Amino acid sequence: MHSPLEQFVIKPMFHINVANVDISFTQSSLWMMGGIAFATFFLIALRGKNTVPTRWQNIPELFYELVYGMVASQIGDKASKYVPFIFTVLMTVLMGNFLGLLPYSFTYTSHIIVTASLATICLTIVTLIGIVLHGWHFFSLFLPKGVPMFMAPLMIMIEVISYLSRIISLSVRLFANMVAGHTMLKVFALFSTMFGIGIGIAPMLINVCFYALELLVALVQAYIFTMLTCIYLRDAVELH
Amino acid sequence: MDAEIAKLYTTTLCLVPLCFVAVSLAWIFTTAINAMARNPSVVNDIKGASILYFAFTEAIGLFALVVSLLILFTA
Repeated sequence: MHSPLEQFVIKPMFHINVANVDISFTQSSLWMMGGIAFATFFLIALRGKNTVPTRWQNIPELFYELVYGMVASQIGDKASKYVPFIFTVLMTVLMGNFLGLLPYSFTYTSHIIVTASLATICLTIVTLIGIVLHGWHFFSLFLPKGVPMFMAPLMIMIEVISYLSRIISLSVRLFANMVAGHTMLKVFALFSTMFGIGIGIAPMLINVCFYALELLVALVQAYIFTMLTCIYLRDAVELH
Repeated sequence: MDAEIAKLYTTTLCLVPLCFVAVSLAWIFTTAINAMARNPSVVNDIKGASILYFAFTEAIGLFALVVSLLILFTA
């Protein structure tokens, strides 16, 4: 019997080896291109740029309203500068979570390397935005107001460690949710195959309920990743 | 004690804190329902926020699950 964790193994589709470095095109890359195809659909739907949106144009406008609402609730009126970045983050995570729910597909956000890279890039960009906007005054983020001077070194150390741990918490939250969800689905599917046609219906019905939960978790985790990036962006832009 | 048996014991021990996670989740929704009952005009705000807080608490439970899987399936 196969292990339920076998579904996360990366299998290359076309082997490409450049100077002993393996950059094959894997099934993970295939589904990442699926996510890019969805973004390309947005570009095509916005071709007409009508003021009153047509039917297809409504879909990207829906996502834009969502992202603009998220950024504006944190930053306020200078929100539209940061919307492209946050929109990209949302689309990456949302497509990663969602496309894995189609049959025979692969969730590219279920690998810690993908989510850790995503979290590192997002938080590096947020830190760079803070440094570009405020210069060296950005590091006053690590010393909150009203702290007595003898506690300052300890406080700064704690704040820096808590800032660096944001990358770990952001990436592990997304990765663990995706792995746990898909492993559960696989475990109940393996029960179904073990019990055959008669009793095997029961695990399948439980799987239907878990599939609905996975749809909700995919949406919520993408929303949370993006919302936390907006909160960290507000921390960097407003420095308190 | 054998390494395999120690791994199984540690995996089980690592999942005990999930009880506290379950209590925290129940607490979040209990206070949310109480607040919605006392002040029906903020029902929409609380509904939106409680899903967010549910996911944060769920993440802690999943951290415990990830540690247990790490112990069980690697050296």
